[in-house]
Amino acid sequence: MSRPVLSIRDLKVEFVTRRGVLRAIDGVSFDIARGEVLGVVGESGAGKSLTGSAVIGLIDPPGRIAGGEILLNGERIDDLPAAAMREIRGRRIGMVFQDPLTSLNPLYRVGDQITETILAHLDVSAAEARRRAIDLLKEVGIPAAERRIDGYPHEFPGGMRQRVVLALALCAEPDLVIADEPTTALDVSVQAQIIALLRRLCAERGTAVMLITHDMGVIAETADRVAVMYAGRVAEIGPVRAVVKDPLHPYAKGLMGSIPTLEGAADRLVQIPGSMPRLNAIPRGCAFRPRCGSAFARCHIERPEPLRVGEHDVACFLYAQGAPAEPAAAGPGTEARR
Amino acid sequence: MTEFPLIEVTDLRRTFDVSKPWLERTLARESRQLLKAVDGVSFHIRKGETFALVGESGSGKSTVARMVVGLLEPSGGEVRIAGVPMTGGSHAAERRRLRRRIQMIFQDPFASLDPRWRVGDIIGEPIRAFGVAENRRDVTARAGELLRLVGLDPADAQKFPHEFSGGQRQRIAIARALAADSDFIVCDEPTSALDVSVQAQILNLMRDLQDRLGLTYLFISHNLAVVRHMATTIGVMYLGRLVEVAPARQLFAAPRHPYTRMLLDAVPDLAMSGRPRTPVQGEIPSPISPPSGCTFHPRCGLANDRCRAEAPAPIDGVACHAVAEGRVPELRASA
Repeated sequence: MSRPVLSIRDLKVEFVTRRGVLRAIDGVSFDIARGEVLGVVGESGAGKSLTGSAVIGLIDPPGRIAGGEILLNGERIDDLPAAAMREIRGRRIGMVFQDPLTSLNPLYRVGDQITETILAHLDVSAAEARRRAIDLLKEVGIPAAERRIDGYPHEFPGGMRQRVVLALALCAEPDLVIADEPTTALDVSVQAQIIALLRRLCAERGTAVMLITHDMGVIAETADRVAVMYAGRVAEIGPVRAVVKDPLHPYAKGLMGSIPTLEGAADRLVQIPGSMPRLNAIPRGCAFRPRCGSAFARCHIERPEPLRVGEHDVACFLYAQGAPAEPAAAGPGTEARR
Repeated sequence: MTEFPLIEVTDLRRTFDVSKPWLERTLARESRQLLKAVDGVSFHIRKGETFALVGESGSGKSTVARMVVGLLEPSGGEVRIAGVPMTGGSHAAERRRLRRRIQMIFQDPFASLDPRWRVGDIIGEPIRAFGVAENRRDVTARAGELLRLVGLDPADAQKFPHEFSGGQRQRIAIARALAADSDFIVCDEPTSALDVSVQAQILNLMRDLQDRLGLTYLFISHNLAVVRHMATTIGVMYLGRLVEVAPARQLFAAPRHPYTRMLLDAVPDLAMSGRPRTPVQGEIPSPISPPSGCTFHPRCGLANDRCRAEAPAPIDGVACHAVAEGRVPELRASA
């Protein structure tokens, strides 16, 4: 296997506050290969967006990267000076955010925003940049791209705007695209179009994608592998089919069971009691332990490190040697489906 | 209880005036601009049922909800609750009595609870306002009871909303909705601001309460999977009109309107069946200048000249010329 496009090793992000240091990301590691879509899921506060921000170097003080490494094509990028990082952002890492209105400047024509990015990063003439911008807009499915390239963002409906943002993210031919909730602000019918487009464009170009979302449906349809985050750590990571169909970590089990689906009309959804701990009150030992029905003595004391189980990497002591019994089949300490 | 449905909505309409200010409009010689947010919606809900309205943003589902609870005056049509019309001159006394039976739960539990009030006062207000209990001790006791009912602690009455998580706040909002012994609850996207594991808690709670108290819900959501889980009957809205109304099971097993089919096809699902998707065309048009005839025709593969000219009336729950004329292909058998 060739070198991964993105490699994150034991990343730690902290926020220094008056009341002490809050650790929002605590030892996250994963790789994304060329042309691969890695889905990062978790509930709000799990640290998924922050992981994305750390990769593109957009963590504002009082936040700071407190440890670990981020490698892009084998080079460290987490310790680069701001100017060097600016070169990488947009050129080698493209970004797509949730709200297309905030990622486009309302005062500039969309064409100018795309050509500006192309000119800033690639060594081409202005005419060539404009030609490329039109091609890109066509490729992302903007009708009459030659004419609409001179339109302003407000003249595009929401789905079209997100298509423009996609074009903007891809215009400098980056190695990696970080898509942070790219479809959350869109309606379902448009969401499906954008996901299919993102998937196709990146597959064609061999671009690696880090797709951050809370929508498991989107992940199931788009990602190759998925990382489930909880309280600043990766609870489970593995191929998407394995994690969605047969999750191992009690949190991942609960999460999958709690999602209502179109097919299965379960009478009751699996529910995980409680909610995600706040950053200033992350429990000792395994962070999920207070909500977990299978917790035992060791979970109170030690932090579980990822273990290889089949195709999954699971951070849970149930799969370690000396676990009390077989992991409960029904998921975390919840009422199972009736 | 089956003589008449609890809620009856007939030909409900609402237009909003979205014109520019008078002077600007006059100078530019423009006419008034009206937005038909809801355009002739009719449905009924029987006691103990959950009727869900689904649709994308701008389809008018929240406007319907607001008119049903009386937060918005309808521009036309009628809402009847237990047979009593909720607008018009007569029946004022009866209406006041009925108002008490209707409550609403909103989407954002951070905005729908007053941050300066203690939880006990938030829940106590409807108890006092509708005269369920008069003296302080009874109100406190009732509030404690309600908190326990929604899975919180009676001692939580002393706290302020900011001390609770999103899911707990939505529980407080549910407790408030039940405070005056209401039995008809309008829920406008009650879980869309919540995380999935918390959403599951709230949906389970809402179903438990329905079983225990015989509640009737009008449930508004854009999430088809959530609706499937909650609803007895589902109405699909598109640009202010109901395009299809069907029992939940039937709507998912055999959707008939082309828009319903498109929506069901578009939802990314955990099942990973790998079924091929029909790519969805286009986006919802602006409701200020909706397309002629059937408003869905620009996005519909089955549209013909009649669809472009004439708005379809609902026949047997589906408002579509193609369905009426038998031009809609049978669904794949595997669905």
